[in-house]
Amino acid sequence: MAYSEKLLDYFQNPRCVGEIPDAHAIAEVSNPVCGDVMKLWVKVDDGRIQDAKFKAQGCSAAIATSSYATEMLIGMRVAEARRITRDQIAEALGGLPASKIHCSVLASDAIKEVLKGF
Amino acid sequence: MRPEVVAAMMPVFTEHFGNASSIHWFGQQAKAMMDDARQQVARLINAETAEVVFVSGGTEADNLAIRGIADSQRAKGRHIITSRIEHHAVLHTCKDLEKQGYDVTWLPVSRDGLVDPEDLRKAIRPDTILITIMHANNEIGTIQPLEEIGQIAEDADVYFHSDGVQSTGKIPVDVRKLKVDLYSMSSHKIHGPKGVGALFVRKGTILKPTMTGGGHERNRRSGTENVAGIVGFGEAARLAREGLKTDMPRVATLRDRLEAGLKSKIEFIHVNARNAPRLPNTSNIMVDYAEGEGLVISLDLKGVAVSTGSACSSGSLEPSHVLTAIGKTPDEAHGSLRFSLSTMTTEEDVDYVVETLPGIVERLRELSPYYKKV
Repeated sequence: MAYSEKLLDYFQNPRCVGEIPDAHAIAEVSNPVCGDVMKLWVKVDDGRIQDAKFKAQGCSAAIATSSYATEMLIGMRVAEARRITRDQIAEALGGLPASKIHCSVLASDAIKEVLKGF
Repeated sequence: MRPEVVAAMMPVFTEHFGNASSIHWFGQQAKAMMDDARQQVARLINAETAEVVFVSGGTEADNLAIRGIADSQRAKGRHIITSRIEHHAVLHTCKDLEKQGYDVTWLPVSRDGLVDPEDLRKAIRPDTILITIMHANNEIGTIQPLEEIGQIAEDADVYFHSDGVQSTGKIPVDVRKLKVDLYSMSSHKIHGPKGVGALFVRKGTILKPTMTGGGHERNRRSGTENVAGIVGFGEAARLAREGLKTDMPRVATLRDRLEAGLKSKIEFIHVNARNAPRLPNTSNIMVDYAEGEGLVISLDLKGVAVSTGSACSSGSLEPSHVLTAIGKTPDEAHGSLRFSLSTMTTEEDVDYVVETLPGIVERLRELSPYYKKV
């Protein structure tokens, strides 16, 4: 298997799973390539992301990248978060096999979508 | 591989290393061993030894059959009939022939994955040169009504090929009864070595070889024979024939135990093609609110190797064409799992899966934004 240990860890023990009942924004995106879905909840105060949680239905790479990206968001400035790229997420998890590169787009799309109103 | 298979192959690497085409003693030893193997494979499907052509595997067997007939029958016509659930070795070969100007009819299948022989009958035209319909499906295990299809092909005087890679050694196969002209087999699907297979070619079939050269295999397939592989395949075929009446019913019982166990422990799961005649060793299950690749990786981490029809796991990023053909949406195919059992599977193995999978499914469903506990 071509997944890194870090990625498998985020898949097996995903961080930041759940919903935020009083979220300031919610986004749901699906991967145009394979149909995986991710839902992202955020709370934003003073231009900074105070809290973020996610849920996802998808493959191991989709779940791991969603979790990692959500964790990254917490404490970040909105402007900074908008600049997160799919490659950054994939690289942070030790890279993805060629056929799974498309998975990381799910998280980066969700971030862009959820931050639209800020 | 079965230990008996490895044992049968070892002498080919050490003592009997001759080239079966050579007339010296070493070569003739190798040839004799290969003849024995040919007999074993022939007996498994009730063929004559001269009708067994050894090749590099199921894919080559399918290519040789389809391209060989397409080429030899060009003058008669360019129409080929196949089904929508064939293995890629047949599917992509037919697609390639389409590009070369052949006309291909893709027969639909029922929700249980069965071809309707009536559809076939209606699809036959004066220029039809080949019908190629698999015996049993590799993903969902459905067994096609091959005898009926064979009769239709014979009545219409059209060559009939069947990809028998999944069925050989799992269910009784009699090429005379099935009225096939060509039948593909693979060694590693019956616990033989990889890299070897065979094509049954009925006596008198006009087939243009795809491999040309020294005229091996009665001019059907040139290239120095993979003697060790063929000998291993022969032993695997012998063991498979012995086990047809004993091992396979046991495997079917294990498959039923697996399906019943999982259904009793996991909500929202479905067994595909449940109402069709199926291979004893294949089970295709769809799990709602979970994705197949994630299930496969989770099971792998627990020592269980399965596969999925999810788009996410395929190189092409398309959901399984078989699941699509039986009417499943990409979303449904997303959560599919294929379990393959064998004569080497034990009751403990099955029970371990039944114990392990529910926790994995539950964990992934907890992550899903769509799953609501009921």
